[in-house]
Amino acid sequence: MMNYIWVAFVVVAVIAGGVTGNMEGVLNNLFDFASTAVDIALGLIGIMAFFCGLMKVMERSGLCEKLGKAIAPAMRLLFPEVPADHPANSAMALYFAANILGIGNAATPFGLKAMQELQTLNPTKSIATNAQCMLMAISTTSITLIPITAISLRAGVQTAGAAEIIAPVIIATTISTVTGVFFTILFQKMGGWKWENAVAKEIAAGTLEINENYIGDNPIVLPEGYKSVNSDDKKASW
Amino acid sequence: MTAVLETISIWAIPVVVAAVCLYAICKKVPVYSVFTEGAKEGFSTAVMIIPYLTAMLCAIGMFRASGGMDWLCSILDPITSLIGIPGDVLPMGIMRSFSGGGAEGMLVDLLETFGTQSQIGRIASVALGSTETTFYVVAVYFGSVGVSNTRHAIAAGLLGDLASLIASAVIVNIMWF
Repeated sequence: MMNYIWVAFVVVAVIAGGVTGNMEGVLNNLFDFASTAVDIALGLIGIMAFFCGLMKVMERSGLCEKLGKAIAPAMRLLFPEVPADHPANSAMALYFAANILGIGNAATPFGLKAMQELQTLNPTKSIATNAQCMLMAISTTSITLIPITAISLRAGVQTAGAAEIIAPVIIATTISTVTGVFFTILFQKMGGWKWENAVAKEIAAGTLEINENYIGDNPIVLPEGYKSVNSDDKKASW
Repeated sequence: MTAVLETISIWAIPVVVAAVCLYAICKKVPVYSVFTEGAKEGFSTAVMIIPYLTAMLCAIGMFRASGGMDWLCSILDPITSLIGIPGDVLPMGIMRSFSGGGAEGMLVDLLETFGTQSQIGRIASVALGSTETTFYVVAVYFGSVGVSNTRHAIAAGLLGDLASLIASAVIVNIMWF
């Protein structure tokens, strides 16, 4: 799906830019956003390093395990594939907590850590698992209690009533999260989106790669004589 | 209520950081060396994201500048106005899924034009606050582990965004208008 969306963005941009005479803006944004992307990523390094360090301390001291056990009942509902003692549980718990409290700076590192922990349960390198898609459904629909950005933008225009949106936002974001989770559960069993079908399709196309760091007990067995189309040029990884 | 939540969000992290370190040292964990060992991972994660984020942001940036957004709005407006989303809010609602900064700029525009306590101003504020930038989030988090086949994640995220937009219009209309 991402392939088509991405190509659609670029092609429509060039066509629309040509029709409306904004091609110069299209060109400028191409270069501006390329450097914005690097700025965002590099800006993450420090805070990412700090919270990865903290997570390691929590792991080593046994706190992760305790936290994971405490929230296991809730996690089993949304992430049935994740074992109760897996470190992904505690990373996700911290991620959700930081989100709910509106601590955006801490939420991203915890979320990235959670995604990496979930990747250890992914038999493939590049196909999202059901658990990873569920984490994304919750992230993309947001679970915050205080919409800090919206309130501060409102206060910038007029202070009176800037925070009056808190209650409606809590209701609206709950509805959006429930909707996202509902469709995730629905879609993950459907057609080409179903895990087994996505895997079979990539095996047929020769694009599937096995995740060497997979720690689960259900690895994918590749057919006899399978050869990845990327096997030669994939060496130059990031 | 707001003040309490704000205080919690300021205190939470420093207190948790101190508590974790104290607990770990009591458990005889060599905190400093373990911390730095974990911190090394931060760098590779951030660098790992770059190709995915560049691909996503450049495509969205080009799309934003091209005026293609207006086309998308005029296609969707007849449908979304049927379910109660004002035509003025729609461009911001669509932008919300693509670009956080873009949507914030459009919200300020709406707030200045219609007022922060107008129907449109309130719907737009609630819509912006109640969801995340789907394409950005998916690019960053899946990028950090090298996942490129995102399956149904985008579809579910966009339906969540649509639900938040509809819910915002309905809730604001019930509460104030």
